[in-house]
Amino acid sequence: MIRVELLRRDNPSRALRLLSPLIGLSLALITGAIMFSLMGKNPAAALYVYFIEPLTEAWSVHELLIKAAPLILMGAGLSICYLSNNWNIGAEGQFIMGALAGSIFPVLFTDFQNPMVLPLMFIFAVAGGALWAGIPALLKARFNTNEILVSLMLVYVAERILDYLVRGPWRNPGGMNFPESVRFHSYARVPEIMPWDGRANLGIVIAILVAIALWFMLSRTLKGFEVKVIGASPRAGRFAGFSSKGMIFFSFLVAGGCAGLAGIIEVAGASAQLRPIISPGYGFTAIIVAFLGRLNPLGAIAAGLILALTYLGGEAAQISLQISDKASRVFQGTLLLYILACDTLIHYRIRFSRKPAAKGIEQAAASSEQQPPAAERAV
Amino acid sequence: MELTLAILLTIITAATPLLLAATGELVVERSGVLNLGVEGMMIMGAVGGFVMAYLTGNPLLGIAFAVLLGMAMALLFGFLVLTFATNQYATGLALTILGLGLAALIGEGFVGRAGIRPPNLYIPGISDIPFIGPLLFGRDVLFYISITLVAGVMWFLFRTRQGLTLRAIGDNHHSAHALGIKVIRYRYLAVLFGGACAGLAGAHLSLVYTPQWSENMTAGRGWIALALVVFASWRPLRVLAGAYLFGAVSIGQLHAQAIGIAIPSQALSALPYVATIIVLVIISQNRRLTMINTPASLGKSFVPDR
Repeated sequence: MIRVELLRRDNPSRALRLLSPLIGLSLALITGAIMFSLMGKNPAAALYVYFIEPLTEAWSVHELLIKAAPLILMGAGLSICYLSNNWNIGAEGQFIMGALAGSIFPVLFTDFQNPMVLPLMFIFAVAGGALWAGIPALLKARFNTNEILVSLMLVYVAERILDYLVRGPWRNPGGMNFPESVRFHSYARVPEIMPWDGRANLGIVIAILVAIALWFMLSRTLKGFEVKVIGASPRAGRFAGFSSKGMIFFSFLVAGGCAGLAGIIEVAGASAQLRPIISPGYGFTAIIVAFLGRLNPLGAIAAGLILALTYLGGEAAQISLQISDKASRVFQGTLLLYILACDTLIHYRIRFSRKPAAKGIEQAAASSEQQPPAAERAV
Repeated sequence: MELTLAILLTIITAATPLLLAATGELVVERSGVLNLGVEGMMIMGAVGGFVMAYLTGNPLLGIAFAVLLGMAMALLFGFLVLTFATNQYATGLALTILGLGLAALIGEGFVGRAGIRPPNLYIPGISDIPFIGPLLFGRDVLFYISITLVAGVMWFLFRTRQGLTLRAIGDNHHSAHALGIKVIRYRYLAVLFGGACAGLAGAHLSLVYTPQWSENMTAGRGWIALALVVFASWRPLRVLAGAYLFGAVSIGQLHAQAIGIAIPSQALSALPYVATIIVLVIISQNRRLTMINTPASLGKSFVPDR
């Protein structure tokens, strides 16, 4: 039997720190190719349709940028949370609440049409997302409540609020009873960058600027230092006089604000109205973006583009190769698992050792003896 | 009487998957491992159980396959978290994302097909006792497994040497390792047990609760099971109580919807999630209780030095 052993490196490997996302990505691509051939498709053709073809035409590059914007925004925001050891996994809910808060103007005040509308929508969206993220932050800081579970539960609650609004009070009165809001007027739309070329809007520019700002905060300011110290060692943070409660609020509000902004960019950009479902799981994919970007907001830009490609490629492969669009979700999941495994290589060397056969048998016997009785019953 | 019986029966049905998954996760967390992938293992159990039962016509084979898939997912998690010492939070999330995607892919051709429900137990005479008979002696096999599991886990954790060892590992893996205990091996077994239980919970959803397959049919139940473990402060009997309480809340909101109470249906269907948050807050307010029972090594990686 071959054993895997981890040996701690004296110094974390610099080369692997850069390479680990790339290794993870390559392994995920190989796994994807195997998955496609198991599904009876030509893996080379499938990978081409997934990852190359969308980049060859102008319109689909525009679509890529539309999908990348919310992923970059949320991935960069979540990086701050995860770096400071705050496990916000409810970006999807914060995205929805931001979209709802920002949509108040075009949906309820349809006569209010001037250039002030869009900035107000952005402000409300940031506030909406931040407030929704503030709930788990407050509960964690005040009562020590588990933020993972609270932030996730609030996703389900937000989904139901959205559903209620678009089927009830916010439904378009002239919309043939479809569950959707009125279409946003032109002042309430995120302007397109090059309308003659494709649909991409200013959202991607905003996302990149926010990511750069967050990177600057992290790497060049005291606040960023505080994020990293508290994340690495809350004890050291306390000695330095940093408040870990303050950090809970800071990281959740930043991530929530980013998610809210992403929400309004999505609905005021490409879709131009509210529907019962406004996100194909962007909030959860953003978790992968954060980790693929190695919790660096600049890395989140590249990672956001790559994961946007999996959405777009998934759609393309469904049309041209009849590959289920669910395959891209499997790809996203395996990608995250590979990245996490590769991150281990930064701090550890792997040693494979072969154990003598006799000892192996002895151990197998011992392990079957030690098996919990409850486990046997379950099987 | 009739209505009370009907309501109690549905509460039991709603509580059983939560109880199964939470009992498994309780053992995992007692060993010091936090597996946030319950939802992913559960949905794999749901799709595996449904597909196998549909293809073979045998619901028991379906349940067995669900257990197998749950354990396969748990093994993947264990390999990364225990052998590769990856971050437990992120790996659990990845497992959930992967499970939801994989299950959707596998189950795509089976949406809307009628599932095969395992037969209810029937003991002539006893199952005919009014009220108690159908309530306790005429249920599906998974109900009995869930109750047996709780009793078994209680006995194992608090009445056996291995149970004590498992709890010791959860409280301090360094000391346990220094005493010569095989920390990683115990944790593998605990994680696999958790996967098997989550698989059973999934099978219950797609074979007993609503005998059909639909995407995302777990609807956050894996996460509620995780919350239940915290709510129960890592005690099996409290998991039992909590699961039935949550079953009652989710059935209560369904009945309220059916009666047509003048509250939006969305508010009612959000109730189990809001209730989870409220319960978590109430429990976490009592710091002493949480401090005593939380496995001290929970969520921390352990790399044995040799």
